[in-house]
Amino acid sequence: MSKDPNDALPISVRNVTKTYGAVHALNDVSLEINSGEFLTLLGPSGSGKTTLLMVLAGFTRPDRGSLKFGDKEVIRTPPHLRDVGMTFQSYALFPHMTVAGNVGYPLRLRGVSKDEIATRVEGALETVQLGGFGDRRIDQLSGGQRQRVAVARAIVFEPRILLMDEPLSALDKKLRDQMQIELRSMHEELGMTTVYVTHDQREALTMSDRIAVVNHGRIMQLATPHDLYESPANRFVADFIGESTFLDVRKFGSDVLFGDQKLAHTGKIPDTPELLLMARPERICLVDGPAPDDMNTFEARAEQVVYQGDSYLLNARLDSGEMITLRGPIRQGTVATLPVVGDRVTLGLSAKDTVIIDGREV
Amino acid sequence: MASTDIPSTDMNAAGLRSDERLERLKLFGLSSPALILVMIILVLPVGWLFYVSFIGADGNFSLENYERMVARKSYMRIFRTTFLVSIMTTGLCILIGYPLAYFLSQLPKKWANIALITVLLPFWTSLLVRTYAWLVLLQKKGLVNEWAMSLGLWDEPIKMVHNMTGNLIGMVHIMLPFLILPLYGAMTAINRDFMKAASNLGASPRRAFWTVFFPLTTPGLFAGALMVFILCLGFFVTPAVLGGGKVIMVSMKIVSNIELFVNWGAASALGVVLLVSTMVILWIASRFLNFDQMTGGGRH
Repeated sequence: MSKDPNDALPISVRNVTKTYGAVHALNDVSLEINSGEFLTLLGPSGSGKTTLLMVLAGFTRPDRGSLKFGDKEVIRTPPHLRDVGMTFQSYALFPHMTVAGNVGYPLRLRGVSKDEIATRVEGALETVQLGGFGDRRIDQLSGGQRQRVAVARAIVFEPRILLMDEPLSALDKKLRDQMQIELRSMHEELGMTTVYVTHDQREALTMSDRIAVVNHGRIMQLATPHDLYESPANRFVADFIGESTFLDVRKFGSDVLFGDQKLAHTGKIPDTPELLLMARPERICLVDGPAPDDMNTFEARAEQVVYQGDSYLLNARLDSGEMITLRGPIRQGTVATLPVVGDRVTLGLSAKDTVIIDGREV
Repeated sequence: MASTDIPSTDMNAAGLRSDERLERLKLFGLSSPALILVMIILVLPVGWLFYVSFIGADGNFSLENYERMVARKSYMRIFRTTFLVSIMTTGLCILIGYPLAYFLSQLPKKWANIALITVLLPFWTSLLVRTYAWLVLLQKKGLVNEWAMSLGLWDEPIKMVHNMTGNLIGMVHIMLPFLILPLYGAMTAINRDFMKAASNLGASPRRAFWTVFFPLTTPGLFAGALMVFILCLGFFVTPAVLGGGKVIMVSMKIVSNIELFVNWGAASALGVVLLVSTMVILWIASRFLNFDQMTGGGRH
């Protein structure tokens, strides 16, 4: 198995457009993916993320644009000559072949000798922790095992690029969480450039080096998970990644005002007509007594308190009318001190967590 | 304390058991009319057929009806013709039906349904009408010969009926839907990602077809071919009309045994041989094929 990241290939997507009738599935998309990077295409269904992956794999022919793997233009290369590994949402394991038959398939196509196929198939199966499963039939495998076989089949011929189309969406939550960590460490080990498609923002945050948020056939923002969460480019990204409450704010000179209240903040203010304060529920706290100087405080009334085991949610209505959501940790003893419905509460948001974003959807 | 809570009636176990018995009895009662019907119209006549086949001309038990089949060359020829015609018809159906079913399976759903109806359309017309229609089309002064000659494809009218050619044309036409339907079912059941996956893994379209698509359609192909073959074995109308007496199959011999020679014993023996050979073929096929999969009840 290749471990040298120099073996991986960078991917360069330039001005790729694909229309279906009047609908832009991809609208002039450009994207540079570094060699060895784990990049996730994240977006709601119909956003164009899968179309982009299918363009990379060669199954969808775009109207125009350029696609380079390394220095090689491949936009007109048929899929079977692209030499990229891919896993499918449905796994697409061939039911008439055994596990070993499936994993060995790409090697047989490449004319690899029988002995070497056997060795490499077993090696790939061990990589996905399915050593010794070669003789099983596909219908004898659980969903998680099928997923692993699909991955083994996609990496066994040592492609320098790996594409994954919502590989974990059919698994239950526990298994999904476990597979996320496994796929990520497998990527560390193999080092191939990986493009991963998902609609699950948490999965994207967990696994990716960088995330491209896709909507309406365009890339809304391309950033590291940290930057995406802390400073989303616009309301769509802020809404799609994590939970947040948005409050309308306006610029007044160099200040940002919420109603008549001047907000303490540390970040940049976008130069756009509409501005929003993005308040992440877990960054808001309940203030009991005097607040620090760099903390914005809001008076509110508790309307709903939800116990969720590891944390609680408090929905409160600000005196100015907006609803705001707060998430707080629960420890032994804190349950008794939680506000009850109807209580007056003071919500605090520190200047560092007071993020002002572009209020437009796009 | 727990043990004393259980009432002496052992928690309704006896009552539940008797409910179960009653339910089974009712189910049996409901299905018995169908069982009796099958007895009367299927098991008894077939039993009687077997019995008659062992009755000689003098009215006593005898194997003469079977001995005659082995002894007389004409009978062997008839069996050979029957199997040959069935094999050729099945082969031609596969050659024509497979590409057609493939084409149908790749159409968008809406068009596939319309195309499928045109494939099934012949089913709505009587077999006899369709067979005579071929007679009209294929005869010496028929449409096909007239057109072909006026287009200059050939000069002399070609003999296309009252021989094996005409018989095969007619039989293939009638049998084709029996092959296409199970095949189409098998093809549409194939996950479209399979072909993408094969291609992604490096298979050219041709390789992907032969290594992935075709193997996955074989259960449907075998099911259709088996059905066509078995239907051909006992086919009567088309060979009788289009074969013009030159293609004599077992079913036609049965008819002549009864109508011409009024020999019920001989006719029954032929029927028994046909039935037994069909069952043997099915039995052999069942050892190699998964019948569950053929009828669409397979695992997915």
